[in-house]
Amino acid sequence: MNITAIAPKPPETPVIAASAGPLALYRAMLRIRLIEEEIANRYSAQEMRCPVHLSIGQEATAVGACAALRTDDQIVSSHRSHGTYLAKGGDLNAMMAEIYGRETGCCGGRGGSMHLFDDRVGVLASVPIVGSFIALGTGAALSFRHANQDRVCIVFLGDGAIEEGIFHESANFAALKKLPVIFFIENNGYSCYTNLEDRQPVRPLADVARAHGMPSVQIDGNDVMAVYAATSPAVARARAGLGPTLIVADTYRWREHCGPNYDNDIGYRTPQEFESWRARCPVETMGANLMAQGTLTKTAQAELATEIGAEIDAAFQFAIGSAFPDPATARDHVYA
Amino acid sequence: MHEPRLITAGEAIREATDLAMAADPSVVLMGEGVADPKAIFGTTANLSQKYGPQRVIELPLSENGFTGIAIGAAMNGLRPIIVHQRVEFCLLAMEQLVNNAAKIHYVSNGAHRAPIVVRLIVGRGWGQGPAHSQSLEALFAHIPGLKVVMPSSAADAKGMLLASIQDDSPVIFIEHRWVHYVKGHVPPGMQTVPLDGPHRLREGDAVTVVSNSYLTLETIRAAEELAKEGIAADHFDLRVIRPLNVAPIVESVRRTGRLVTVDTGFMTYGIGAEIVSRVMEQCCMQMRASPRRLGLPEYPTPSSRSLAAAYYPRSPDIAAAIAEVAGAPAARIASLRSTLSADRESVPLDIPHHSFQGPF
Ligand SMILES: Cc1ncc(C[n+]2csc(CCOP(=O)(O)OP(=O)(O)O)c2C)c(N)n1
Ligand SMILES: [Mg+2]
Repeated sequence: MNITAIAPKPPETPVIAASAGPLALYRAMLRIRLIEEEIANRYSAQEMRCPVHLSIGQEATAVGACAALRTDDQIVSSHRSHGTYLAKGGDLNAMMAEIYGRETGCCGGRGGSMHLFDDRVGVLASVPIVGSFIALGTGAALSFRHANQDRVCIVFLGDGAIEEGIFHESANFAALKKLPVIFFIENNGYSCYTNLEDRQPVRPLADVARAHGMPSVQIDGNDVMAVYAATSPAVARARAGLGPTLIVADTYRWREHCGPNYDNDIGYRTPQEFESWRARCPVETMGANLMAQGTLTKTAQAELATEIGAEIDAAFQFAIGSAFPDPATARDHVYA
Repeated sequence: MHEPRLITAGEAIREATDLAMAADPSVVLMGEGVADPKAIFGTTANLSQKYGPQRVIELPLSENGFTGIAIGAAMNGLRPIIVHQRVEFCLLAMEQLVNNAAKIHYVSNGAHRAPIVVRLIVGRGWGQGPAHSQSLEALFAHIPGLKVVMPSSAADAKGMLLASIQDDSPVIFIEHRWVHYVKGHVPPGMQTVPLDGPHRLREGDAVTVVSNSYLTLETIRAAEELAKEGIAADHFDLRVIRPLNVAPIVESVRRTGRLVTVDTGFMTYGIGAEIVSRVMEQCCMQMRASPRRLGLPEYPTPSSRSLAAAYYPRSPDIAAAIAEVAGAPAARIASLRSTLSADRESVPLDIPHHSFQGPF
């Protein structure tokens, strides 16, 4: 089969117009924040009946990295995929409907929050088995090479996922074949309730790349401009056929591993640690910087929030107003 | 002497682990989350404080690697208990389980042993969907050299886990998440329950019914209602999927001439398929009706509650199937179904029903 024939028609504009400047990045982060906060607010109504892994606090990684991509580039991610899905331009209505288990969801209700995809904009898949998707993203890069396209795939993985053998197997293969893939680690310091020090020896995470003969960079994952600045050359390098890059972006998950609440009281991390990261909120920091530069005003900020709020309300209404999938369709698509 | 206490299967599992660790310093507990505050749904609570990091080993996300590490350690005398929060995470470790754990004793002509226990938890409900709620026991049960145990009561959860830890062969110990909530009378102390096969829960002469794990609870409910209708099920909780002791089931079918299997996994090449064929091999001529299997339909678990509603066999379906095999008239089957449905549907279908929480 001709691979180009099944690839979605790529619009030539980037998803978040990084060219539109830092304000666009700020807006994209604020939007993800407000969407996930609304999910958290409404979760107790028990109408979103699937597990949710919120990325509140980690918005800068998704937004800064996706801003370096074109719409026809792809991403893959894990269980914590709302932020990356939205940053790549994934359809908000389809995401909310999926979380609500409705037929208008991106998976028609079959996947729930952990299985988001949007082929129109290059969200290839999110897969909630840790590490599983790393090979899928590497395979996507192989298909780009095969079809002689200059597309790139970013694999978003957690600090936990690099412990899986599949990371090293994929990294080795990608480096060997100089595939156009970027391994982007959203290092939030935890796998569920176990911190990095209890799972890996003390060494810079970015050093792992040396074992696989690929360049790497460690960055402040709460600084969206730093994320964008680090991802852009990695994307250019991949596009030019020079092979993969490992990016380690340090960040922090604010809420519990799975669910809408805070869990700083259960004993695996301290409220002080949480507060120190909250003080470095990616969205607020960027907002403050833009105001200091005169790019953003209080009024403009309020207008943004109102405009995004209206979009969010509409998306929840869309989801709640959509029908549940017809049980008679449950057997569809077992075979292609 | 202490009286048996009423505790949940989840608590019973914790108690068994604690007792085994206290009794035998070679028992170690390993897994992602065994030492974290959630402690595998509470089933490993406080054990890391009590036994320390040398024996309660929090693991990186490296399932195949750490399973092999456990097997290697077991070959040198340790008795590792590995825990996975979901069956699916253990799929990454199939290579070690199938190639090493299952064969090391055989290949070494009996010289080596791999006495590991692998605790797997089957998720269900709350839209967990295709990758967090699979019942894949048949995959493990296909492999000679592995034992596969699925308790459905608190007493068996404790006693069979103790027996699994003491067993010199690798045991895959599969816990349905909804079984964790079941309460029952559990004897204190190191009382093992042998891994010797099915346990008869109800005696009857109308239909032989073999269920496993959580579906045993749904079947208990179905059998109660059937008994009121005068249909007496001879109900077995299978408990040990491999090695399969089919003798009591065959003995029962020789009397009833009728067989229904109810299992938590897919039907094709599944546990019911195996039981039916064994029974037919031995007493085909005594059958008075075609055997019947219940299990999961031929598609992955969907997340949305509207799709998942029809996915799992429930007490009304089980009762109807048993009544059909017993030859009950359609009107009685319909009334059984509606009685049980009314009861079952009083709570959302994606959370466990209170009537399944015991004591049993
Ligand atoms: C193979 C596998 N093992 C274990 C799990 C359970 N699990 C889900 S998320 C998670 C933590 C992953 O940590 P990380 O990769 O750092 O991502 P984060 O949750 O921090 O975003 C674990 C252990 C899983 N889903 N898949
Ligand atoms: Mg992490």
